Amino acid sequence: MSLDLKKIPAESFERVHIDSSHAERISKPSLSFWQDAWLRIRKNKAAIASIFILAFIIIMAFVGPMVSPHDAETQTITHANLPPKVPGLEKLGIFDGVGTLAGKEVDLYEMKKVDTYYWFGTDGLGRDMFSRAWEGTQISLLIAFVAALIDMVIGVAYGGISGYYGGRVDDMMQRVVEILYGIPTLVIVILMLLFMEPGVTAIIIAITLTGWIGMSRIVRGQVLKFKNQEFVLASRTLGASNGRIISKHILPNILGVIIINTMFTIPTAIFFEAFLSFIGLGLQAPDASLGTLINDGYKVIRFQPHILLYPSIILSLLMIAFNLLGDGLRDALDPKMKD
Amino acid sequence: MTKYIIRRIVYMFITLFLIATATFFLMKALPGSPISSASKLPPSQLAVVEAKYGLDQPIPVQYAKYMLNLAKGDLGNSFQFKNASVTELIMNRLGVSVLIGSQGLILGVALGILLGMIAALRQNTIWDYGSTLIAIIGISIPSFVFATLLQYWLAVEWSIFPVGLWKDGWMSSILPSIALAMGPLATASRFIRTEMIEVLSSDYITLAKSKGANGFEIAFKHAFRNALIPLITVLGPLAAGLLTGSLVIEQIFAIPGIGEQFVKAIMSNDFSIIMGTTLFFSVFLIVIIFVVDVLYGIIDPRIRLSGGSK
Repeated sequence: MSLDLKKIPAESFERVHIDSSHAERISKPSLSFWQDAWLRIRKNKAAIASIFILAFIIIMAFVGPMVSPHDAETQTITHANLPPKVPGLEKLGIFDGVGTLAGKEVDLYEMKKVDTYYWFGTDGLGRDMFSRAWEGTQISLLIAFVAALIDMVIGVAYGGISGYYGGRVDDMMQRVVEILYGIPTLVIVILMLLFMEPGVTAIIIAITLTGWIGMSRIVRGQVLKFKNQEFVLASRTLGASNGRIISKHILPNILGVIIINTMFTIPTAIFFEAFLSFIGLGLQAPDASLGTLINDGYKVIRFQPHILLYPSIILSLLMIAFNLLGDGLRDALDPKMKD
Repeated sequence: MTKYIIRRIVYMFITLFLIATATFFLMKALPGSPISSASKLPPSQLAVVEAKYGLDQPIPVQYAKYMLNLAKGDLGNSFQFKNASVTELIMNRLGVSVLIGSQGLILGVALGILLGMIAALRQNTIWDYGSTLIAIIGISIPSFVFATLLQYWLAVEWSIFPVGLWKDGWMSSILPSIALAMGPLATASRFIRTEMIEVLSSDYITLAKSKGANGFEIAFKHAFRNALIPLITVLGPLAAGLLTGSLVIEQIFAIPGIGEQFVKAIMSNDFSIIMGTTLFFSVFLIVIIFVVDVLYGIIDPRIRLSGGSK
C-alpha cells in the first residue's frame, strides 16, 4: 500500500494560494428580494392552491355571466325556483333538477316544462343564479380591491409623512390617529351608510373611512425604523433629496409589509361588504353582491337551499384563499423569518 | 403610569365627544324624520309633535340640549316605543346580548387555547395542520354564513336546538353562542400557537428541560402561562368582532338583543335609539381597549407604558 512519493513528478502538484481578493466571492447567484420571496412562496402549498382558486374565481367572475346561456337580469317567472341542473352530471343523480315539492321528490324541470339547464338553479323571480352569483362576485371583488387600494394609498401616505418628518408634524398627526382609532369601525360605517346614498361608492367610502388607520400605523413604525439606519444616513450625507430617500431607500424596504397588510385588507373588505349587505345596509336591488345574494338565499333557505349555497361557497372560498395567500406572503416577505 | 392613564382617559372623552357630535349631525342631515315616516300628519299637528320633541328649535339649540343631557347620562327618549327612555330600552335588551356574547367569547377562547396548544406542542404534525385548518376556516367563513348553516342543520333539519327566538331559555342561547365563538376560537388558537412556539424555544424552557422537568410540567407551568399574557392584547379586537357578530346573529336567530334593536332602529329612522346605541357601543369598545392596555401593562412587567404613543 505504501506509495513511493518520489515516483510522482513534482509538476503534478500545484500550490494552492489563498487569494484574499476572492474572500468575499459569493458562490451562489445572488437573488433579488422578489426571487427569494417567490422561491419561498412556491414551497407553500396552501398559498399556491390559493393563487389558483383566486385566479379561477376572478376569471369566472368575468367569464361566468358570459358563458351562461341565461342573463342575470332577465326574469322568467315560469322558471322560478328551479334547483340546479347540469348537463352530463344529471345522469349521476346529482344536479338533475330534482327538488322537493310538498314533501315529494319531483323533477321540477319536467313539471314546469323547462327544457334548458340552469347550472346553479334559479331564484324566486326566475333569474339564473349562475350569472347572478358571478356578477355578485364581480361587485364584491371590485369593492374589496378598490377599498384595499384606497386604504393602502392613504395609509402609506399618512404613515409615511408622519414617520418621516417626525417632530411636530408627527405629534399632530398621531393625535388625530389616536382619536380616530378609538372610534369603532362598525359604528362609523353604519352611520356613513345611513347618510349616503346606498351603493358601491358609499360602501367603499364607508370601509375606507377608518380602514387606512391600521396601515398608517404600521407604515409609520417601519419608516421610523428605517429612516435612521446607516444606509439612509449615508445617502443623505451624499446629498440625496427627501424624495429620493423615500422612493429609493425607504419604500423598497417596507414594500413587503405594505403588500402583506393590503392582502389582509382585501378579505376584511369583502367581509364588511357582505356583512353590510346582509343586514340590509349595503347594495340595494337590482344591484347584487355576494352579501345581498346570501341575504336573499337566507330568507328562503328552507325551501330553496341552492340560492344560499353557491354565493356562500364562493364567498367562503374567496375569504379562505385570500387569508391563506396573505399568510403565505407574510412568511415569504417578512425578513424576520429569513434564515 | 398614572400620567398615562389620565392621558388615555382624556383621549377617551375627546373621542366620545367627537362620536356624539358626528352622530348628532349625521342624524340631522338624514333625509326624513321618525315622525314624517310614521304617519301623514297635517302641518298643524306635525308642528305640535315636533314641538313636543323639541324638533322645532334651531339645530345648535338641539345640539346643546342633547350634549347637556348626555353629560347627565340621559340618552333621550325613543320615538317608536311609546317614549320609553333609550337607556331603559338598552338596559332591557343588554342581558341577552351579554349572555350570548360572553358565552361565545369564553367558549371560543377556551377551545382556541386548547387547539393552539395542541398545534404548538405537536408542531408540523397532522394535529398542527388540523388546528390551523380550523383556525383558517374560523377566520374566513363569515359568521352569518356559519350561523345560517348551524341553524339549518342543527335546528331545522335535525331539531336538536330551537330554531330561533328567545323562548326556550338557555337552550336558545346555544346556537348563537357557537356561531359567535368561531371568530374568537380562530384568533385565540393562532395567537396561542405562535406565542407557545416562541416561548418553547426560549432559554428558560431549555433550563427547565435540563433540570429534568417533564413535558407536561413544561407545557403548562412554564410555557402556557407566559404565552397566555399576550392573549390579553387581542381581547379588544375580539370584543369588537363580537359586537359586529351580534348584529347579524341576533338578526338570524331573532334574539331580542341590542344588535337586533339597533338594526330595527336604523330601518325605522328612530334617531334617539340609533344615537344612544352608537354611543353605547362606542363606550363599550373604547373602555375595553383602555382596560386591556392598562391590564397588559400591570400583568406583564416587561411592558412599560409610557407617555409616548405605542
